[in-house]
Amino acid sequence: MATQQRPLSPHLQIYRPQLTSVLSISHRITGVLLSAGIVPVVVWLVALSQGAEAYAGVMALFSHPVAIVFWVAWSFALFYHFCNGIRHLLWDAGLFLDLRGAYITGWTVVALAGVLTALAWGVWS
Amino acid sequence: MKFRHPLANALNHGAAGGGVGHWWAQRLSAMLLIVLTIWSVYAISVVVGSDYATARAWLAQPIHAGLAALFVIAALYHATLGLQVIIEDYIHQRALEMGLLVTIKLAAAITAVVVVFSMFAIASGV
Repeated sequence: MATQQRPLSPHLQIYRPQLTSVLSISHRITGVLLSAGIVPVVVWLVALSQGAEAYAGVMALFSHPVAIVFWVAWSFALFYHFCNGIRHLLWDAGLFLDLRGAYITGWTVVALAGVLTALAWGVWS
Repeated sequence: MKFRHPLANALNHGAAGGGVGHWWAQRLSAMLLIVLTIWSVYAISVVVGSDYATARAWLAQPIHAGLAALFVIAALYHATLGLQVIIEDYIHQRALEMGLLVTIKLAAAITAVVVVFSMFAIASGV
Protein backbone atom coordinates (compact mmCIF):
# COMPACT_ATOMS: atom_id res chain seq x y z
CA MET A 1 0.00 0.00 0.00
CA ALA A 2 1.11 3.55 -0.67
CA THR A 3 2.19 5.36 2.48
CA GLN A 4 2.49 8.83 0.98
CA GLN A 5 0.49 11.68 2.49
CA ARG A 6 -2.89 11.87 0.78
CA PRO A 7 -5.34 14.80 1.02
CA LEU A 8 -7.91 14.25 3.76
CA SER A 9 -11.65 14.75 3.43
CA PRO A 10 -12.92 17.92 5.11
CA HIS A 11 -13.53 17.31 8.83
CA LEU A 12 -17.18 18.13 9.37
CA GLN A 13 -16.61 19.43 12.94
CA ILE A 14 -14.49 22.36 11.72
CA TYR A 15 -15.88 22.74 8.20
CA ARG A 16 -18.16 25.73 7.66
CA PRO A 17 -21.46 24.53 6.16
CA GLN A 18 -22.49 25.97 2.80
CA LEU A 19 -25.97 26.02 1.26
CA THR A 20 -24.90 23.40 -1.29
CA SER A 21 -23.63 20.86 1.27
CA VAL A 22 -26.55 21.47 3.67
CA LEU A 23 -29.12 20.94 0.88
CA SER A 24 -27.25 17.83 -0.27
CA ILE A 25 -27.35 16.09 3.12
CA SER A 26 -30.92 17.36 3.63
CA HIS A 27 -31.93 15.50 0.46
CA ARG A 28 -30.67 12.27 2.03
CA ILE A 29 -32.22 12.98 5.44
CA THR A 30 -35.64 13.83 3.95
CA GLY A 31 -35.31 10.73 1.75
CA VAL A 32 -34.85 8.53 4.84
CA LEU A 33 -37.75 10.27 6.63
CA LEU A 34 -40.03 9.85 3.61
CA SER A 35 -39.07 6.17 3.34
CA ALA A 36 -40.29 5.71 6.93
CA GLY A 37 -43.23 8.02 6.15
CA ILE A 38 -44.60 5.48 3.64
CA VAL A 39 -45.62 3.28 6.62
CA PRO A 40 -48.36 5.58 8.07
CA VAL A 41 -49.72 6.15 4.54
CA VAL A 42 -50.01 2.39 4.08
CA VAL A 43 -51.59 2.05 7.56
CA TRP A 44 -54.20 4.64 6.50
CA LEU A 45 -54.95 2.77 3.23
CA VAL A 46 -55.22 -0.57 5.05
CA ALA A 47 -57.57 0.97 7.63
CA LEU A 48 -59.72 2.38 4.82
CA SER A 49 -59.99 -1.11 3.34
CA GLN A 50 -60.87 -2.68 6.71
CA GLY A 51 -64.08 -0.77 7.45
CA ALA A 52 -65.45 2.26 9.30
CA GLU A 53 -64.37 1.09 12.78
CA ALA A 54 -60.71 0.50 11.87
CA TYR A 55 -60.71 3.79 9.96
CA ALA A 56 -62.09 5.76 12.93
CA GLY A 57 -59.38 4.29 15.20
CA VAL A 58 -56.56 5.21 12.83
CA MET A 59 -57.99 8.69 12.20
CA ALA A 60 -58.21 9.36 15.96
CA LEU A 61 -54.49 8.55 16.20
CA PHE A 62 -53.51 10.42 13.02
CA SER A 63 -55.37 13.63 13.96
CA HIS A 64 -53.78 13.86 17.43
CA PRO A 65 -51.83 17.16 17.85
CA VAL A 66 -48.53 15.22 18.05
CA ALA A 67 -49.45 13.43 14.82
CA ILE A 68 -50.23 16.76 13.15
CA VAL A 69 -46.69 17.94 13.95
CA PHE A 70 -45.45 14.74 12.29
CA TRP A 71 -47.65 15.33 9.20
CA VAL A 72 -46.39 18.91 8.83
CA ALA A 73 -42.80 17.59 8.94
CA TRP A 74 -43.83 14.80 6.56
CA SER A 75 -45.29 17.28 4.05
CA PHE A 76 -42.30 19.63 4.26
CA ALA A 77 -39.94 16.68 3.70
CA LEU A 78 -42.10 15.63 0.73
CA PHE A 79 -42.10 19.09 -0.89
CA TYR A 80 -38.41 19.63 -0.18
CA HIS A 81 -37.38 16.24 -1.63
CA PHE A 82 -39.77 16.83 -4.57
CA CYS A 83 -38.26 20.24 -5.43
CA ASN A 84 -34.64 19.28 -4.75
CA GLY A 85 -35.17 16.04 -6.69
CA ILE A 86 -36.19 18.10 -9.73
CA ARG A 87 -33.05 20.23 -9.12
CA HIS A 88 -30.99 17.02 -9.27
CA LEU A 89 -32.74 15.94 -12.48
CA LEU A 90 -31.95 19.36 -14.03
CA TRP A 91 -28.28 18.86 -13.06
CA ASP A 92 -28.39 15.38 -14.63
CA ALA A 93 -29.60 17.09 -17.82
CA GLY A 94 -26.54 19.35 -17.65
CA LEU A 95 -28.37 22.50 -16.51
CA PHE A 96 -27.42 24.92 -13.69
CA LEU A 97 -24.13 23.11 -13.08
CA ASP A 98 -22.10 26.25 -12.31
CA LEU A 99 -21.77 27.70 -8.79
CA ARG A 100 -24.24 30.52 -9.52
CA GLY A 101 -26.82 28.05 -10.85
CA ALA A 102 -26.37 25.78 -7.84
CA TYR A 103 -27.05 28.66 -5.45
CA ILE A 104 -29.98 30.17 -7.39
CA THR A 105 -31.74 26.79 -7.72
CA GLY A 106 -30.81 25.96 -4.10
CA TRP A 107 -32.52 29.02 -2.62
CA THR A 108 -35.45 28.49 -5.01
CA VAL A 109 -35.88 24.96 -3.64
CA VAL A 110 -35.84 26.20 -0.01
CA ALA A 111 -38.41 28.93 -0.77
CA LEU A 112 -40.66 26.66 -2.87
CA ALA A 113 -40.66 23.88 -0.25
CA GLY A 114 -41.80 26.38 2.39
CA VAL A 115 -44.44 27.99 0.15
CA LEU A 116 -45.84 24.62 -1.03
CA THR A 117 -46.04 23.33 2.58
CA ALA A 118 -47.93 26.49 3.63
CA LEU A 119 -50.24 26.31 0.59
CA ALA A 120 -50.98 22.61 1.15
CA TRP A 121 -51.91 23.17 4.79
CA GLY A 122 -54.10 26.07 3.74
CA VAL A 123 -56.08 23.52 1.72
CA TRP A 124 -55.73 20.53 4.05
CA SER A 125 -56.69 22.16 7.37
CA MET B 1 7.95 -5.32 -19.37
CA LYS B 2 4.20 -5.57 -19.09
CA PHE B 3 2.33 -7.50 -21.74
CA ARG B 4 -1.06 -6.98 -20.13
CA HIS B 5 -3.31 -4.62 -22.07
CA PRO B 6 -4.31 -1.54 -19.97
CA LEU B 7 -7.97 -2.33 -20.66
CA ALA B 8 -7.63 -5.67 -18.88
CA ASN B 9 -6.63 -3.82 -15.71
CA ALA B 10 -9.61 -1.51 -15.99
CA LEU B 11 -12.36 -4.03 -16.79
CA ASN B 12 -14.26 -5.79 -14.02
CA HIS B 13 -12.46 -3.89 -11.29
CA GLY B 14 -15.06 -1.22 -10.68
CA ALA B 15 -16.81 -0.73 -7.34
CA ALA B 16 -19.55 -3.22 -8.13
CA GLY B 17 -19.93 -3.19 -11.90
CA GLY B 18 -23.66 -2.47 -11.82
CA GLY B 19 -24.05 1.20 -11.00
CA VAL B 20 -25.55 2.45 -14.25
CA GLY B 21 -28.77 0.43 -13.99
CA HIS B 22 -29.29 1.62 -10.42
CA TRP B 23 -28.66 5.25 -11.47
CA TRP B 24 -31.23 5.07 -14.27
CA ALA B 25 -33.81 3.27 -12.13
CA GLN B 26 -33.52 5.98 -9.48
CA ARG B 27 -33.97 8.80 -12.05
CA LEU B 28 -36.85 7.15 -13.93
CA SER B 29 -38.73 6.34 -10.70
CA ALA B 30 -38.09 9.96 -9.63
CA MET B 31 -39.71 11.25 -12.85
CA LEU B 32 -42.69 8.93 -12.38
CA LEU B 33 -42.99 10.14 -8.78
CA ILE B 34 -43.17 13.81 -9.89
CA VAL B 35 -46.53 13.04 -11.51
CA LEU B 36 -47.71 10.67 -8.76
CA THR B 37 -46.76 13.10 -5.95
CA ILE B 38 -48.87 15.84 -7.57
CA TRP B 39 -51.76 13.34 -7.69
CA SER B 40 -51.18 12.37 -4.02
CA VAL B 41 -51.31 16.01 -2.85
CA TYR B 42 -54.60 16.35 -4.76
CA ALA B 43 -55.85 13.04 -3.28
CA ILE B 44 -55.06 14.18 0.28
CA SER B 45 -56.95 17.44 -0.41
CA VAL B 46 -60.00 15.39 -1.45
CA VAL B 47 -60.04 12.87 1.42
CA VAL B 48 -58.71 15.00 4.30
CA GLY B 49 -62.02 16.65 5.17
CA SER B 50 -64.37 13.82 4.16
CA ASP B 51 -65.86 11.01 6.24
CA TYR B 52 -65.16 7.28 5.84
CA ALA B 53 -67.81 6.57 3.20
CA THR B 54 -66.84 9.55 1.00
CA ALA B 55 -63.10 8.86 1.25
CA ARG B 56 -63.61 5.18 0.45
CA ALA B 57 -65.97 5.87 -2.44
CA TRP B 58 -63.49 8.32 -3.98
CA LEU B 59 -60.53 5.93 -3.68
CA ALA B 60 -62.69 3.03 -4.93
CA GLN B 61 -62.76 4.61 -8.41
CA PRO B 62 -60.42 2.40 -10.49
CA ILE B 63 -58.24 5.31 -11.65
CA HIS B 64 -57.63 6.52 -8.09
CA ALA B 65 -57.25 3.03 -6.57
CA GLY B 66 -54.72 2.28 -9.30
CA LEU B 67 -52.84 5.56 -8.88
CA ALA B 68 -52.71 5.08 -5.08
CA ALA B 69 -51.20 1.59 -5.49
CA LEU B 70 -48.80 2.87 -8.15
CA PHE B 71 -47.78 5.84 -5.98
CA VAL B 72 -46.91 3.65 -2.99
CA ILE B 73 -45.12 1.03 -5.11
CA ALA B 74 -43.09 3.67 -7.00
CA ALA B 75 -42.26 5.36 -3.66
CA LEU B 76 -41.18 2.00 -2.15
CA TYR B 77 -39.00 1.26 -5.18
CA HIS B 78 -37.41 4.73 -5.17
CA ALA B 79 -36.96 4.58 -1.37
CA THR B 80 -35.26 1.16 -1.59
CA LEU B 81 -32.82 2.44 -4.24
CA GLY B 82 -32.03 5.54 -2.16
CA LEU B 83 -31.71 3.72 1.18
CA GLN B 84 -29.41 1.18 -0.51
CA VAL B 85 -26.95 3.93 -1.47
CA ILE B 86 -27.07 5.46 2.02
CA ILE B 87 -26.47 2.06 3.67
CA GLU B 88 -23.60 1.30 1.28
CA ASP B 89 -22.08 4.73 1.99
CA TYR B 90 -22.26 4.77 5.78
CA ILE B 91 -22.33 1.15 7.03
CA HIS B 92 -18.80 -0.23 6.94
CA GLN B 93 -19.46 -3.52 8.69
CA ARG B 94 -20.15 -6.01 5.90
CA ALA B 95 -22.56 -8.31 7.80
CA LEU B 96 -24.70 -5.41 9.09
CA GLU B 97 -24.65 -3.80 5.63
CA MET B 98 -25.90 -6.97 3.93
CA GLY B 99 -28.48 -7.54 6.67
CA LEU B 100 -29.90 -4.03 6.26
CA LEU B 101 -29.93 -4.30 2.45
CA VAL B 102 -31.92 -7.53 2.60
CA THR B 103 -34.24 -6.10 5.29
CA ILE B 104 -35.22 -2.96 3.33
CA LYS B 105 -35.85 -4.99 0.15
CA LEU B 106 -38.00 -7.54 1.98
CA ALA B 107 -39.89 -4.80 3.86
CA ALA B 108 -40.56 -2.96 0.58
CA ALA B 109 -41.79 -6.15 -1.12
CA ILE B 110 -44.12 -7.04 1.77
CA THR B 111 -45.49 -3.47 1.96
CA ALA B 112 -46.13 -3.48 -1.80
CA VAL B 113 -48.18 -6.69 -1.49
CA VAL B 114 -50.18 -5.24 1.44
CA VAL B 115 -50.97 -2.09 -0.56
CA VAL B 116 -52.03 -3.99 -3.69
CA PHE B 117 -54.41 -6.18 -1.64
CA SER B 118 -55.82 -3.15 0.22
CA MET B 119 -56.43 -1.14 -2.94
CA PHE B 120 -58.02 -4.17 -4.62
CA ALA B 121 -60.32 -4.59 -1.62
CA ILE B 122 -61.26 -0.89 -1.69
CA ALA B 123 -61.80 -0.85 -5.47
CA SER B 124 -63.93 -4.03 -5.46
CA GLY B 125 -65.93 -3.04 -2.37
CA VAL B 126 -64.91 -6.13 -0.33
